[in-house]
Amino acid sequence: MSAAEALLRVEDLHVEFPSEDGVVHAVDGITYQVHAGRTLGIVGESGSGKTVSSLTTLGLTRRQGARISGRILFEGKDLLTLPEEGLRAIRGNDIAMIFQDPLSSLHPFYKVGRQLMEAVRAHRDVSKAQARERAIELLGLVGMPDPPRRVDQYPHEFSGGMRQRVMIAMALANEPKLLIADEPTTALDVTVQAQILGLMERLQRELGMAIVIITHDLGVVAEMADDIAVMYAGRIVETASAARVFAAPEHPYTWGLLRSIPRLDRPRDEDLVPIPGTPPSLINPPSGCHFHPRCPYAEPEHSRIDPALEPIPEYPSHHVACLLDGARRRELWAQLRDGGTPDEALAAVGPPEGSS
Amino acid sequence: MNAVEQSTDQLVSVRDLVKHFPITRGIIFQRKVGAVKAVDGISFQIRRGETLGIVGETGCGKTTTARLITRLLEATSGEISFEGQDITHTARRPLKAVRREVQMIFQDPYSSLNPRKTIGSIIGEPFAIHGLLPDRTERKREVQRLMETVGLNPEHYNRYPHEFSGGQRQRIGVARAIALQPKLLIADEPVSALDVSIQAQVLNLLRDLQRRFGLTVVLIAHDLSVVRHMCDRVAVMYLGKIVEIGSSDDLYGFPRHPYTGALLAAVPQPDPSRHGEERRVLGGDVPSPANPPSACRFHTRCPKAQEICSVTEPVLSDTEGGTSVACHFPLSREELSEIGVRSSA
Repeated sequence: MSAAEALLRVEDLHVEFPSEDGVVHAVDGITYQVHAGRTLGIVGESGSGKTVSSLTTLGLTRRQGARISGRILFEGKDLLTLPEEGLRAIRGNDIAMIFQDPLSSLHPFYKVGRQLMEAVRAHRDVSKAQARERAIELLGLVGMPDPPRRVDQYPHEFSGGMRQRVMIAMALANEPKLLIADEPTTALDVTVQAQILGLMERLQRELGMAIVIITHDLGVVAEMADDIAVMYAGRIVETASAARVFAAPEHPYTWGLLRSIPRLDRPRDEDLVPIPGTPPSLINPPSGCHFHPRCPYAEPEHSRIDPALEPIPEYPSHHVACLLDGARRRELWAQLRDGGTPDEALAAVGPPEGSS
Repeated sequence: MNAVEQSTDQLVSVRDLVKHFPITRGIIFQRKVGAVKAVDGISFQIRRGETLGIVGETGCGKTTTARLITRLLEATSGEISFEGQDITHTARRPLKAVRREVQMIFQDPYSSLNPRKTIGSIIGEPFAIHGLLPDRTERKREVQRLMETVGLNPEHYNRYPHEFSGGQRQRIGVARAIALQPKLLIADEPVSALDVSIQAQVLNLLRDLQRRFGLTVVLIAHDLSVVRHMCDRVAVMYLGKIVEIGSSDDLYGFPRHPYTGALLAAVPQPDPSRHGEERRVLGGDVPSPANPPSACRFHTRCPKAQEICSVTEPVLSDTEGGTSVACHFPLSREELSEIGVRSSA
């Protein structure tokens, strides 16, 4: 697919917040695209910039005094240069967002029907009666039992899963082309999470919208996403199809994530391999490759050279920002995949070329 | 295992434990109008040196169970015995000796540490409470040794909780919990507030300590993969009842209760080959524990439910699969693969 067809194209986005302690580099030059009808999963830990980048897409970081540069092209229009009214016409209409905590996203004083009607009437010139009809229809669409009764209830009368359904109904009010879901199931129980993920998949099939799903859960992205971008310290360190990321990951951080989670499909006594250290400060990020202080394979010059996100020669749609030699990376991953620890992998692969 | 062996083998024995929280109406004349049946008649044993996992969704009673065992809550009825001694209604003072043996790690490493105390005094607090190591330098040495054990820098003795990351704070909580060398450690969702890369650090620490000190651990978690990784035995709870209990190998290899099966099927796997597969989703929500369904509490959501399930309550009984299950119609292997559970034994 060519870049021209992308529904959303983010180019070299930087978002910085001035703070008392210094400038926080929340998003540090990221580029990605989302195609119509596809799902992009953005994976990363807290503070990796995954939420800030999508809030910025909707112009929601504008008022926080953020310094933003780069381009966010939605259907060819740059959202960053769009005036507030223009953005308002798109937000909640062409692009909608759902958040992690459905209770704090709903107003506790108003009936859910009224809140849904507001979402409809914000973008459509329809009567209250028509908007109410639409609200009931939307609740039905997201699998809410008995919508005509539920539409007149308050948020506190709904369970967590049902509230998230209301949020999804609200997001779908105007049949968006793009749905951004920020940790949509993190606050939910596993069986309810499965319901909500199934619902999102069904709605995507029926309505043909693109989805950006932001999560820290590798299981969720594996089941939902067509493509995956892995973020670390404000940057995308690896991006590829979901199948590639799980079968042939290239970045040591991605390896670390994959080996640090217990999995139902691995032997029970297999040891977890944590990523050493803690996520870095975004005010004074490490020099060179941001991951080098935690990377078991880092070489001395990696603290000086900043890696760019570049395609892998053999597989041009797979991009990685890593200074390790490609062949060496593949040998290391082969060791790790078979259950080796980073130390064992290093011992088996040997020292890098050029060192003595 | 014969009966004699079993009794010495057990650290904790819980029988018919019930905890109902009253729902009241009225301000001056409070009337009881109902009860939230958080834990409603559960029996299980904790064996010395094992790690027992308790899994279930929100409101299933797993945290209440932990709080009952630690006597942070008073049981409505039933019996808890610790090393053969009935502690269900032990008075405050004699309980102190038991409390020394039972310690807890909490979910939220932010609210479980006093922000105005230094790490040294937080970890040293158990010594102060029990009047141990009155000598200041000795206590400091012991606290610093504990800090080293859990992977903290002992030089940070005088720092405050806000200076530490979530993972480090959880280590502080662990150091405090193991300070008195307890016999039983109860960890209530110890890693669910932590980032993925940090979770593994804390899980490895717990496993390491468990092996080194022969600790008995109760791990309460909603994450089934974490529980499988950590635990020797697992109990699955639903609406205040244990619906299935057994060794990890049996329970994950051949779960017999339809709810256990549904839970396992719902866990998203880091395996993109399942992308686009039809999802077998358990419908509906967990019913209110104030008004639970009759007989088998799972019958309202169970795909296998028949008339008897709403009339006669199934009792926990052994199956040839290895686990004990409370179900009239336990899952067969065929049904298990139908709902999309891949055997992981």
